[in-house]
Amino acid sequence: MQTIDKIKPCFPLFQEPEYKELMASKRANFEEMPSKEKVAETFAWTTTLEYQELNFKREALSINPAKVCQPLGGALCGLGFEKTMVYIHGSQGCVAYFRTFFNRHFKEPIAFIADSMTEDAAVFGGQKNVHEGLQNATKLYDAKMIAVCTTCIAEVIGDDLGAFIGNARKEGYLDKDFPVPYANTPSFVGSHITGWDNMWEGIAKYFTSMEGKSVGSNGKINIVPGFETYLGNYRVIKRILNEMGVEYSMLCDPSEVLDTPATGEYNMYAGGTTIDEMKDAPNAITTLFMQPTTLEKSRKYVEGVWNHEAPKINPPMGVEWTDEFLMKISELTGKAIPESLNIERGRLIDMMTDSHAWLHGKKMAVFGDPDFLLGLVKFMMELGIEPTHIVCTNSNKRWEKAMKKLLESSPYGVHGKTYGGADLWHLRSLCFTDKPDFVIGSSYGKTIQRDTLHKGPEFEVPLIRLGFPIFDRHHLHRMTTLGYEGAMYILTTLTNAVLERLDEQTKYMGDTDYNFDVVR
Amino acid sequence: MSEELTRERAQALIEEVLEVYPEKAKKDRAKHLMVNDKAITQSKKCITSNRKSLPGVMTQRGCAYAGSKGVVWGPIKDIIDISHGPVGCGAYSRGGRRNYFAGTSGVDSFCDINFTSDFQEKDVVFGGDKKLAKLIDELEMLFPLSKGISVQSECPVGLIGDDIEAVSKKKAAEIGKTIVPVRCEGFRGVSQSLGHHIANDAVRDWILSARDEQPFEGTPYDVCILGDYNIGGDAWASRILLEEMGLRVVAQWSGDGTLTEMENTPKVKLNLLHCYRSMNYIARHMEEKYNIPWMEYNFFGPTKIKESLREIASHFDEKIQEGAERVIAKYTPIMDAVIAKYRPRLEGKKVMLYVGGLRPRHTVGAYEDLGMEVVGAGYEFAHNDDYDRTMKDMKDATLIYDDVTGYEFEEFVRQLKPDLIGSGIKEKYAFHKMAVPFRQLHSWDYSGPYHGFDGFAIFARDMDMTVNNPCWSLFKAPWQKPAAAEPEQKAA
Repeated sequence: MQTIDKIKPCFPLFQEPEYKELMASKRANFEEMPSKEKVAETFAWTTTLEYQELNFKREALSINPAKVCQPLGGALCGLGFEKTMVYIHGSQGCVAYFRTFFNRHFKEPIAFIADSMTEDAAVFGGQKNVHEGLQNATKLYDAKMIAVCTTCIAEVIGDDLGAFIGNARKEGYLDKDFPVPYANTPSFVGSHITGWDNMWEGIAKYFTSMEGKSVGSNGKINIVPGFETYLGNYRVIKRILNEMGVEYSMLCDPSEVLDTPATGEYNMYAGGTTIDEMKDAPNAITTLFMQPTTLEKSRKYVEGVWNHEAPKINPPMGVEWTDEFLMKISELTGKAIPESLNIERGRLIDMMTDSHAWLHGKKMAVFGDPDFLLGLVKFMMELGIEPTHIVCTNSNKRWEKAMKKLLESSPYGVHGKTYGGADLWHLRSLCFTDKPDFVIGSSYGKTIQRDTLHKGPEFEVPLIRLGFPIFDRHHLHRMTTLGYEGAMYILTTLTNAVLERLDEQTKYMGDTDYNFDVVR
Repeated sequence: MSEELTRERAQALIEEVLEVYPEKAKKDRAKHLMVNDKAITQSKKCITSNRKSLPGVMTQRGCAYAGSKGVVWGPIKDIIDISHGPVGCGAYSRGGRRNYFAGTSGVDSFCDINFTSDFQEKDVVFGGDKKLAKLIDELEMLFPLSKGISVQSECPVGLIGDDIEAVSKKKAAEIGKTIVPVRCEGFRGVSQSLGHHIANDAVRDWILSARDEQPFEGTPYDVCILGDYNIGGDAWASRILLEEMGLRVVAQWSGDGTLTEMENTPKVKLNLLHCYRSMNYIARHMEEKYNIPWMEYNFFGPTKIKESLREIASHFDEKIQEGAERVIAKYTPIMDAVIAKYRPRLEGKKVMLYVGGLRPRHTVGAYEDLGMEVVGAGYEFAHNDDYDRTMKDMKDATLIYDDVTGYEFEEFVRQLKPDLIGSGIKEKYAFHKMAVPFRQLHSWDYSGPYHGFDGFAIFARDMDMTVNNPCWSLFKAPWQKPAAAEPEQKAA
């Protein structure tokens, strides 16, 4: 029962004896749940190597996959362009889910619209929805561009999106010149990163041709970020290029619209790459893709149509790959790497010397998107951390090869094993049978921490939150993981996770009266 | 405080907001907006609901899968729900709803795990039935203590002609467990609502009568809680009151519920229905088939809770009626203390609500207990029987909006200047930007429970912390001149 001086929400309210009794009595009298002993025995079995072997035999069942579907990625891409309304052709439920997913991660309003296909559209096709939808959207949302991608329903019934949009223009639902780039983003192919790639290619196709263009004529470097959810990463790349005095085009930049100030007014749009910038992009010196093992379609378009060499770079994470990135920019533009970046690099190295003793030899499992994992593993090895289980649900052959090569490049990589296509239930098994010190990944890793703790405190694998989505901690999406600055954030996060864990393990008076230090 | 909302002003506001739409859309949206008139008894005369959302206009609605997997089935703890189809739906519907369960996840309970068939192109081309059959074997191998499986269809399943019913029947016989195919593809219906209905029907057809022939040790005081999803522990905070008054709660649908509880429900004496929208179907069915009466109740706020406890008790003998009075007497002092503490801080504050299928009307009493006034209310996926119930509970001139669009909601808020909005996460952050205090009324904004007496104390605490937090008064920097038409400060 509540008391007025200390009103208790669910925790700790349900720790009160009357509620514990209520739950116990419900279980004993009404649920017919298995006995406590049976549950304990079965749980113990799920932590064994035997269970792991069964678990890895799965062919049809996916459990807690660390990926989501294409249109979510397409939507993030659309969001990065100036005054662009993301329009999703298909079922409206999907769009409610995409918005919610991003709301929870960014803690920001997310404006996407659907054309709400229902049963009749599934039978007769979705053209009517596209026509009415575009008419309503252009009238209501004061957009400069509508970026269209699709959900499964439209893909399964084979809607011809290009034709529908063309007909909408012909029949007057849409102004002749109103920009509506589009992409097919079937959820049963690839993942959210594929969707980003498809939408970007769609936008590039729509706005760019080589007519009157000449590679290098605008003197800029194009940056294609890919499915990037750390807002600091957009900012740090721009800062680096500014400091180098390099002209650039960030081709997709949602860092403003996903971080608008609270002023008393809600603005649906803010910042973003302009259409003019996109149109001018083929005139750049070249294009750099921040996520090198994915973004295949976009790269092909840039190489094939824009005739950009688009040199293959590693993701600029950690020390050496950021060094490489800066040198590449310098090489491409002839601009020197300024002292400011040299100082920043020095500060990072200084931090690494300060913290190395807490990180050296630590074993960490990781999961997340392919290129993020490449960069993270690279930096972990620079820190003396040994990556162990590397789980990438949305992996690809190129990535698997690249990761293998990377692990072979360092003595710290010898324990690293890649699990392409695996999910977080596989990783759960691995965390029991070959326990790492920590697991790094999205909020969804927290059930692995809980499950391992359930076996006993000595089996607990604490989660360090780096990646996407992060729903259960605030504002981490504003941080940076690229460049020296990003390395500083990752280093700080990892080091303090290690130290906090040590405090947790040593704070017991009369039991662990050592290593609970005020100075470290 | 802004000027009093009159019928004329509210009507003018609706007209004004509709101006922006193209003709066809304007005509459609006009039917979904109204000003409450208590003299009208039938809502169908003045509002249209449960119709398709307009293409290209921002709706907050979800789909049938969300209504079935997300709402009805997801909270049943010992049944594994397969999100059957591509990878997104299962991931997006995982863990956000806060339907709590007591159990060992991955061993005897499965609510917080995403099980999916992760359809690939070949599954769409060649069909997913074989994969489903294999997947069920794999579930059985890895999760032997599950009590059953439900197959929650995503859009492609219904379009490619899969026969999930045949697979379910065959595999159920093989593994000796309940397997329920659910045809809740997202394109069915116009919102989550049809998903609730489909989910209810699937329970009716595949679960409900499983123990009809079996003996059951019943008592005259057996009841079932229908339509409580245990958000933040709501069902527990409700169950405790029913037990304290002497009733025996045989089943919870579906928060922290189990297959056994559902199968035993036809033996109860009275079905207690909290969320009418999502579970009236099964209540009506049990009334028809098993002669079990049902009643709606409202466990938000002491006024409504007391009314409800007494009404529930009126279906039973004196022992239970005394029990209800005893429970009311026990909790009255703390409820009085909560109101004494928070009412002065919230008195006269205006609230606008936009939630799912129950809360826009059910929470009104709780706000009124705190001296707050609901000036606008709307539903994502209500039907007209919901609006019939709503119109009675609302004051005259309350603005009522069905499937409100993002644009309409923002305009209504700009004009009516409420002191608090209760709605969902898709709406939340836009209103934060607008400096309007906001609480999520789907997930209880990571707090709760809000049901029951214990829940009301948390509800009052939460509304106060949000309405009166200092952050709302810091929006303008001291060097910014207040604009001529600057609205008064919203926070106390």
